Amino acid sequence: MTVRLTGVGLRLGQVRALDGIDLHIEAGERVAVIGPSGAGKSSLLNLLATALQPDSGTVELLGEAPWRLSGRARQRLRTRIGLIHQAPPLPSRQRVVTTVLAGRLGRWGTLRGLASLLHPRDVPGARAALATLGLADKLFAQCGQLSGGQLQRVGIARVLYQQPELLLADEPVSAMDPVLADHTLETLCRHAGERGVTLVASLHAVELALAHFPRVIGVRDGRLAFDLPAAQVTPERLDALYANAGIASPQAAGAAPAPVQIPRC
Amino acid sequence: MKRVIDLAIVLALLAAVVGSFRYLGLDLKVLLGEGVGGQMADYALRFLRPDLGLEHLQAVGRGALETLAMSGLGTLLAALLGLLLALPAAGRFGWPGKALARLLLNALRAIPELVWAALMVLAAGLGPNAGALALAAHTAGVLGRLFAEALENAPPEPADAIRLEGGSHLAAFCYGTLPNLWPQLLAYMLYRWENNIRMASVLGFVGAGGLGQMLYTTLSLFQERQASTVILAMLALVLLVDALSDRMRQRWVRA
Amino acid sequence: MLSRDTRDPAFLPRLLLGLLAVLVLWPGIRLAELDPRVLFQADSRQAMGGFLAGFWPPAHGAEFLELLLDATLQTLAVATAGMALALLLAVPMSLLASRALSLSAASRSGRPSTLGLVLRWPVRALLVFLRSVPEIVWALLFVRAVGLGPTAGVLAIAITYSGMLGKVYAEIFESVGQRPAHALMQAGAGRLSAFFYGILPSAAGELVSYTVYRWECAVRASVVMGFVGAGGLGQQIDLSMRMFAGAEVASMLLTFLLLVWLADQLSRLLRGRLA
Repeated sequence: MTVRLTGVGLRLGQVRALDGIDLHIEAGERVAVIGPSGAGKSSLLNLLATALQPDSGTVELLGEAPWRLSGRARQRLRTRIGLIHQAPPLPSRQRVVTTVLAGRLGRWGTLRGLASLLHPRDVPGARAALATLGLADKLFAQCGQLSGGQLQRVGIARVLYQQPELLLADEPVSAMDPVLADHTLETLCRHAGERGVTLVASLHAVELALAHFPRVIGVRDGRLAFDLPAAQVTPERLDALYANAGIASPQAAGAAPAPVQIPRC
Repeated sequence: MKRVIDLAIVLALLAAVVGSFRYLGLDLKVLLGEGVGGQMADYALRFLRPDLGLEHLQAVGRGALETLAMSGLGTLLAALLGLLLALPAAGRFGWPGKALARLLLNALRAIPELVWAALMVLAAGLGPNAGALALAAHTAGVLGRLFAEALENAPPEPADAIRLEGGSHLAAFCYGTLPNLWPQLLAYMLYRWENNIRMASVLGFVGAGGLGQMLYTTLSLFQERQASTVILAMLALVLLVDALSDRMRQRWVRA
Repeated sequence: MLSRDTRDPAFLPRLLLGLLAVLVLWPGIRLAELDPRVLFQADSRQAMGGFLAGFWPPAHGAEFLELLLDATLQTLAVATAGMALALLLAVPMSLLASRALSLSAASRSGRPSTLGLVLRWPVRALLVFLRSVPEIVWALLFVRAVGLGPTAGVLAIAITYSGMLGKVYAEIFESVGQRPAHALMQAGAGRLSAFFYGILPSAAGELVSYTVYRWECAVRASVVMGFVGAGGLGQQIDLSMRMFAGAEVASMLLTFLLLVWLADQLSRLLRGRLA
């Protein structure tokens, strides 16, 4: 079993972000997580990526309990888990090729990783990863020159290059137009299917979730509202899930370049 | 009420200025009048024909290169040392490391370059080595603090993401934090280099080599014509470094 | 479809840059005779150690403290008087040099005519010259010209800082939006009136802030100039260092640190209130 959460609870500040989550996901499954804003989708995905530690319950990922491991072992586990962030954490002054190749830093070791900063080690590999997302021509562009949707695709390319066994995606298509979003999700699902990778994606566009994922999980107020095959998700269930929910606005992707302060004197 | 206080402050400032002149026994009339004014005019005239003979120019040229090397290497060394100290000073290694690093940086910064130069001459002997090390010590304090502030303001997300995919701390720093940080570090370094080229000329006064030492010698021997060549060389160096620094800023600092 | 090209377009420029760095650094290190290992050698450690050992306890005899107070006041006075003179010189120069008061720019939406630029060039060149020669060189020259003592320091600060203040003032005038001044000049107001009504109100804060910051720099500079005989704390430190009187140097360094800290606090206070 790739993912096993038992009674997991998580508190973020004053809020109970997750409460009593029981979740089993087998290897190779494709699961979509939907729910209103603030429901806890991001928290759930960050928890699965071991970015957040639960304060109750147990977490088992890829057969290991990450929070019982030593720091070094946990880092090794993390190389097998890939998280596509909602806002791509890509430095604006870095070239796309370097940022994509950064996906395998966990595997390469520090020296080879640093050498790649000076001269990229695996240009064909980076190009291939970008080509699946239609961005091969941006290989040597700077991240700061890309649009929001392009930056999100570069973030996805980095995780694809990482070749994790467990692929987590936090709103991976929020900055893309509907056609591009559909196409990108199709690429992700195909990639996962070909390699037997477990894919868990949170989406705020319900139609996309139902169209591409055979299993859908609904999250509301930090709890699992339902966990069903896509065909069994009825409009009534969706209404109940999103009742009284505000309009979810997609997070702006792409970090603005930090302003350089030049001292005057 | 605020206006009254502001007025009081302005009056106090004026009083301070007047007081300063009287404390020093300076009199503007005397300063610019015949006695001192005439002396200065005579002295200034002696500088008006710089010695441009080949031999002296070669010596000045060598001194200029020494000064340039001293300032550049001193700044470079300071940047390395400053970056090393900036990491703990930004809190990357916990609270005690931060306090210690900040203390060290403040100590390095507080002692002026000239005092450092005197100390280094004591330790390392006369010559540009002492000057370069003195500049490195003082500038490391200045740059270290500026770097630490820049580090603290840098967004943590890119580095955290690298850590989350199994990268080491060093890899996270180099891939996540450094790319957006280094233009700012470079800007600070160039700013200090512009300052150090002015200081490097001066450190020669305490024996740290370069143009400063030449100036001190020629002035002490009342060789004003030779001294004015040295001053022209100093001026040229300052303008050169300002121009180089501007080019580098255009190329690498502005996005 | 996909080319098998693995070439990185940044490879050649980076390689050239690396080669350039080596070509510049290697002779540079030889020229500067750079050798940090010297600091760790036994005899140099002894020399520094012996000198530093004399620092404790710092000198605190009553007579010495009086001398110290006198020297500190002298340093402060030199900095203040020097700044006052610098202001006197800088204000007219900055008005002359700034493009903000260019009549031709007023009628050409902000860009001065060539004649306007050329006529301003001598003043700008003078400002560059005044601030590019290090102030301590000016101090040395003035010491030779008018003798040892604080007069040389005051004149040196006045000259150098007039250049710095002049340049930054001119830049500040240009940066606070020139449209009000240009509008006034187009309506027939004289340049000086345009300045007082159009530029000064918005620029005043930044001007004051920078001037106070420069005063703080002047305090430090006047200590450094004391080393070449321009009076004040610096001259005393130099004398004590030559006599290897470690205790006196220690007291004076502490006083210097205190002075710099006080100047910094005063500078913040004034900038907060007046700017």
